[in-house]
Amino acid sequence: MPKIFISTVIAAPAAEVWRVVRDFNGLPSWTPFVAESRIEQGAKADQIGCIRNFVLKDGGRIRERLLALSDYDLSCTYTILESPMGVSDYIATLALTPVTDGNATFASWQAEFDCAPEREAALVQQIGQGVFQAAFTALKQRFGR
Amino acid sequence: MIKVRQSTIIDAPVDTVWRLLRDFNGHESWHPAIATSAIEGGEPVDMVGAVRRFRLKDGGELREQLLSLSDRQRRLTYCLLEAPLPLMGYVATISLKPVTDGDRTFWEWSSEFHPPAERRDELVRLVTEGIYRTGFEAIRRLVGRAPVLGTLPLPSPAGGAGGRPAPQAVSFSHDEKADRAQVGALIPPPLTPPLKEEGDSVGAPGARTGDVVRLGAGVAESPSPLREGVRGGGTPAEGSDVSRQDRTRAIVVERHGGPEVLQPGEIALPPPGTGEVRVRHTAIGVNYIDVYCRTGYFDLLQPPGVPGMEAAGVVEALGPGVGDLAIGDRVAYAGPPLGAYCERANRPAGMLVGLSDDIADELAAAGLLKGVTASFLLHDVFAVRPGHVVLVHAAAGGVGQLLVQWARHLGATVIATTSSEAKARVVERLGAQHVLLYGRGADFASEVMRISGGRGADVVYDAVGKDTFAGSLVALGVRGHLVSFGQASGPVGDWDIGRFASKSVTVSRPNYGHFTDTPEKLGPHVARFFAAVRRGVVALDPPRRYALADAADAHRDLEARATTGSLVLVP
Repeated sequence: MPKIFISTVIAAPAAEVWRVVRDFNGLPSWTPFVAESRIEQGAKADQIGCIRNFVLKDGGRIRERLLALSDYDLSCTYTILESPMGVSDYIATLALTPVTDGNATFASWQAEFDCAPEREAALVQQIGQGVFQAAFTALKQRFGR
Repeated sequence: MIKVRQSTIIDAPVDTVWRLLRDFNGHESWHPAIATSAIEGGEPVDMVGAVRRFRLKDGGELREQLLSLSDRQRRLTYCLLEAPLPLMGYVATISLKPVTDGDRTFWEWSSEFHPPAERRDELVRLVTEGIYRTGFEAIRRLVGRAPVLGTLPLPSPAGGAGGRPAPQAVSFSHDEKADRAQVGALIPPPLTPPLKEEGDSVGAPGARTGDVVRLGAGVAESPSPLREGVRGGGTPAEGSDVSRQDRTRAIVVERHGGPEVLQPGEIALPPPGTGEVRVRHTAIGVNYIDVYCRTGYFDLLQPPGVPGMEAAGVVEALGPGVGDLAIGDRVAYAGPPLGAYCERANRPAGMLVGLSDDIADELAAAGLLKGVTASFLLHDVFAVRPGHVVLVHAAAGGVGQLLVQWARHLGATVIATTSSEAKARVVERLGAQHVLLYGRGADFASEVMRISGGRGADVVYDAVGKDTFAGSLVALGVRGHLVSFGQASGPVGDWDIGRFASKSVTVSRPNYGHFTDTPEKLGPHVARFFAAVRRGVVALDPPRRYALADAADAHRDLEARATTGSLVLVP
């Protein structure tokens, strides 16, 4: 089962970063690759079990279910229900941790999933760099440096 | 209880930092406060339980013990055994994580202790500044790339004169944390982020065993004398009431027939034989195959007999030769032999599935057989791939609901058929892109062709049988596959396979047993199903409950197509 771990340091207090990333329906506002997003069935974006249905700027549609959200741990876990990527049993967690020394934020984004063996390397690259790192880079720019 | 937490970024690869920090005696060489240090008894520095005795430069002598060390998590925990300061109950954790963006290291150093109230501030300052922050700087000087914290924008941490005081993460009671945790969901996050709960506790060494199936201790652990007594000679243990429980309430079928032949009664229950355990059922699954057994359509049940092949419960007694289960274990099973419609049953131990705490009894009893079925139908009988067009009949039924959700997760376009508007709404919620009603003369095969642009279905999952079989063949595309795994509306009749050549279609008639009759075959499907449940790939509605004695009502409702989802009997 391939695993991905991407992390970065963001120059803002964790609570400020969390206000941006905790919105399960907020990908269009902070990632560079999501065009539009909605929550299915009129659910709340912080309702555990809700499904976000979003369209990538390249046209792909992804549906993801919110499995866990913690304002205490500053973490969010979700699973992919449907995507053009050809992954199964995909589960990912985005978590923030305060860096007390400098009042910054350590952000990590990890995922594990199953896929056809020959696609593993490409998917790890695509998700790790094209999704997680790209989103982190956008967050870093948003918060200044 | 005070909790102290400090963290920093070191501009060096995580393994470089970890090599220094994992050496439990290494602080002698890098921490400015330490004069000398040695591991007692000359034990290895990475032996859990090792004690380091060290002297501070100001003369104080301390002893600390290594409680846990993980090279995988890059984390170690230790406690204070002796100190000249009242750091009561001091337990500290060092944890490193890679910052992949820049090949740096996130380092967190945290601890808990009970200081006397009047010395609280002094001790917190000593720990956070004198130990942790001083340690951060020392390691940074040793391995950090220049410039120090070059990528961090906020104040330089190294005691810069006139700098504002660095924020300290300190909280003062568990109650306060609990309050924050509760209100956190209701109000916007506070400006100062709440503290993280430490994931690993050092308080209960041994509580985490390698057993990933049965999470948590307690109910699963029976006192070993009782267990040994039962296992020893295969005779019931002294004092246990196994020997007296020689009968159990059950649903007995005296002759094949309609639901009315499901009659409550009592049957004898011998002690579990070699390789068997006795399970006290807490929930019993009702499946359509039980109807076929009751009517005699399948010859699995020879009257008088007890139907049912799925249940969850608790292990009550062990037969000889059973080694990997204990009395009190939560288990479930799905598959032959029959006999689940009863309060207690002896079952082959090898075919029992251990239940983790996050899988409820009723979910296992209602879902295991269907989940395992869906798993092998979608992965083994036919491997559904992204882009496939999948037609699922009876999509609001037990297996049907799982097939719809799982096939969609696998990337298929799912077309579902069902028998009523109400059920259609259920199936739509599960994610089927297209829902068709049958039973009104509607021609689902033409609809499938229209939806798929004339290509037809790659696979049809058909448990309806007589009413749908012909249409299913028409709905298939070239080289499509028809999986006939039931006949709720009646047998499919005789077919000339010569007709299949027009589209090179294939048809299979899978038998549950042939995919699940050994632990080696069953295990991967169980694991895959439970993983799908945990990850929300498949969501199961709570099953509809019937008393065990009302099994006939459950069968009537099932056969009348009056149900959606699953049914369970509760003893």
